[in-house]
Amino acid sequence: MITPLPVDAAAAFYVVHLPEPDDFAFWRATARTLVQCAVPPDRIAWVEPGGTGDLFAEGQRQLPEPPGDAPQVRASKPFIQAAETAICHSDSARFALLYRLLWRHQTNSRVLEDRTDTDVRRLDELARTVRRDKHKMRAFVRFRAVEDADGEERFVAWFEPEHHILRSNAAFFVNRFTNMRWAILTPRGSLHWDGAVLAEGPPAQRSDAPDGDPTEDLWRRYYASTFNPARLKIGAMLKEMPRKYWKNMPETALILELVAGAQAREAAMVEAGTLEFDERPQTLSAIDQAIHACRKCPIGELDNQAVMGEGPQDAALMIVGEQPGDQEDQQGRPFVGPAGQVLDVHLQQAGIDRAATYVTNAVKHFKFVNRGKRRLHQTPTAKEIDICRWWIEGERQIVQPKLILAMGASAARGMLGKTVSVSKARGMPHQLDDGSELWITAHPSYLLRLDGAARAEQERLFQADLVAVARRVAELIG
Amino acid sequence: MEHMSRGTILERLAVLADAAKYDASCASSGTAKRNSKDSGGKGMGSTEGMGICHAYAPDGRCISLLKILLTNHCIFDCHYCVNRASSNVARARFTPQEVVDLTLSFYRRNYIEGLFLSSGIVKSSNHTMEQLVEVARILREEHDFRGYIHLKTIPDADPELVHQAGLYADRVSINVELPTEAGLARLAPDKNTGRIEGAMSEVKEHIAQSRDETKRFRNAPRFAPAGQSTQMIVGADAASDADIVGKASRLYDGYRLRRVYYSAFSPIPDASAVLPLKRPPLMREHRLYQSDWLMRFYDYSAAEVMQATGDDGMLPLDIDPKLAWALKFRDRFPVDVNRGGREALLRVPGLGVRAVNQLIAARRQRSLRLEDVGKLTVSIAKVRPFIVTADWRPTLLTDRADLRTLLAPKEEQLELFAA
Repeated sequence: MITPLPVDAAAAFYVVHLPEPDDFAFWRATARTLVQCAVPPDRIAWVEPGGTGDLFAEGQRQLPEPPGDAPQVRASKPFIQAAETAICHSDSARFALLYRLLWRHQTNSRVLEDRTDTDVRRLDELARTVRRDKHKMRAFVRFRAVEDADGEERFVAWFEPEHHILRSNAAFFVNRFTNMRWAILTPRGSLHWDGAVLAEGPPAQRSDAPDGDPTEDLWRRYYASTFNPARLKIGAMLKEMPRKYWKNMPETALILELVAGAQAREAAMVEAGTLEFDERPQTLSAIDQAIHACRKCPIGELDNQAVMGEGPQDAALMIVGEQPGDQEDQQGRPFVGPAGQVLDVHLQQAGIDRAATYVTNAVKHFKFVNRGKRRLHQTPTAKEIDICRWWIEGERQIVQPKLILAMGASAARGMLGKTVSVSKARGMPHQLDDGSELWITAHPSYLLRLDGAARAEQERLFQADLVAVARRVAELIG
Repeated sequence: MEHMSRGTILERLAVLADAAKYDASCASSGTAKRNSKDSGGKGMGSTEGMGICHAYAPDGRCISLLKILLTNHCIFDCHYCVNRASSNVARARFTPQEVVDLTLSFYRRNYIEGLFLSSGIVKSSNHTMEQLVEVARILREEHDFRGYIHLKTIPDADPELVHQAGLYADRVSINVELPTEAGLARLAPDKNTGRIEGAMSEVKEHIAQSRDETKRFRNAPRFAPAGQSTQMIVGADAASDADIVGKASRLYDGYRLRRVYYSAFSPIPDASAVLPLKRPPLMREHRLYQSDWLMRFYDYSAAEVMQATGDDGMLPLDIDPKLAWALKFRDRFPVDVNRGGREALLRVPGLGVRAVNQLIAARRQRSLRLEDVGKLTVSIAKVRPFIVTADWRPTLLTDRADLRTLLAPKEEQLELFAA
């Protein structure tokens, strides 16, 4: 209960001048006195520095004395917390709102629990806005390094907060940047930290702050590079980083350009990644014709011709190499050059009839660079092999071999879609998706590059693989 | 292939930030509170309970940490990854010291909360993990850095190295990458579900042990106080939303993960020809995040979220999973806001956790009317068919066949820069 005051005190009109716009302690002490004197909310004008004081020049500036038996003023902890935050808002009606709620709180201690009440919702809104503004200041302040006269590094930021949050945010920056010397300049005042003591300074202007920092180039590059142009979500960005903050953030200068270029960058990536083949030819001769026209990868653009696989359409064994070489390209047939001769010798020794075997390559065109008069072999990239799988899969579907022997890592990738180590994968069967069996061995051209003992050892391994394959094919045919 | 190992810092930063951006996580929240004032002014940085997003890119993603790779050279050949061995992208690397310098110079200017460091795998898993740990060690020990550190652990790295990583880092993570084992085998031939989850299991043990020790000895070293997280790529394989939700739920339960991130597969430069490049709608990723929230904050079980999917196991794209669930189980509604339990109110489409808490506080004072509920929610139209108030009862409305059409949001054209 509130004890009524002598009539003159309660009927008077009071003007309260706050020394600072965010001086919660002053507001709290004043409000306590006024409640104890039973001054109703509509008899008080709260004026902040620079506020509209003249309108109320008629009011009492001297606060009344509370009566000796004035009751304790009650305020819940959540109210004090919310009020302390809300007082930093720039809405000039905030002091009156807080007083009105404090006044109502004396007769209804649960008033704050009703979030559908207009005053309670407004308090909530003010406090939330201030918390957000404080949070955004912690996020968007950008320090710039400057060198002082004594050669020491100092960091200065220019920031324009919307509410009176500078003082209440100071502890955050002190706790985080204790070992730096820094200043935050704002139109409402400034903070200066020298590594030991925090000082408050007068309002500042943008021109008081440094206008650049070389590290901002790195930051801008990071900002541009971490952006994914395939996921443009401008609304989500604006919601959390409204335009009002942009002018003091160096990276935001890039936004328009990044947005404008995003669709083109995405389209380019999609187009580069899209492989559109026509329907797959259903006969070997149609595939032969189609590969000659294929330009799906750069190898097809070189001065070469496509080389089709060769052998019976019902062969039980398919042998796959990497790609045609110089000789193969000139003659238009697979494995007719030096590597082909090595292969033929070993096939014969293993008892494999090449005439009964379908021999082909993972990549259909010869990839090379010119070195004088010679055309030097180039290994195809994984991507090129993957693209060319379209054709070898077509051959596999038609021939339907029981067993495929892939020679070398490129051929193995053409079958598996992943890169495996030949030395680890050789000498054992691998299951392919269509149920056929894959065996892996070295490419015969590898043998040609070796000498002496190393070559003898590799020849032995190659031969052993072929013998194992020959035996397995015989088993599979039954 | 273009090598930039000796390019300028600026050039290499561009390559290594670009290479890291497909990891969705950038969180810096939920770790132990620290500041540099308590260190007597020698340390650098602080962490609050809540993370801070220091900028937002036009893709709407928060930029909280310096998220880069130590190197994008990689001996693995995962088809969905821009850094796979067979990709023809520019390659670069930083030394641990260069990453430390970059982190500190960004941190001092208040650009970031800390570092999120990952790496392509070079030489071996252990070698790579050692380099990552070295960056964190220099930051923590030589600079007394008190900001946030998130380290990726490398598949198959020695458990002792992972343990060291957790002692320096606030968070560690390893990506499960694909929701099904078959998907992983096909698209990430060098990775293995068992080994990835084995690593998660070890981290879980370390975290639990450290929690226990911290209770008994105040100064016991903390292990990854912000926990562990993981990421799943959505739309690169045939896994349905039900598969993904089920996997996420098993991961949350099995390894006490803080977060599962979902990353809709998006076009990358020099994409693998093995990958069918039909990108999933970004909305699918959004619906998965919503279902994740239902499990974490709204007491839905994974089985219940799966009930919201269609016959094909996919969540609807036009309405959110909570509404989809409510439309399937209409007999659970309407809920009386003046009498209904918290769990029942949390199931009402359009009522968030915050609104439910406020309704429960407000109804202790007096009987709530529709208007009161309207003040606490964004859209009363969405809530109305599912609730009863002192002055409102949705006669027939919950039974209407076209309720879904009535409630599905209209297509909205995004207004460019209507700030």
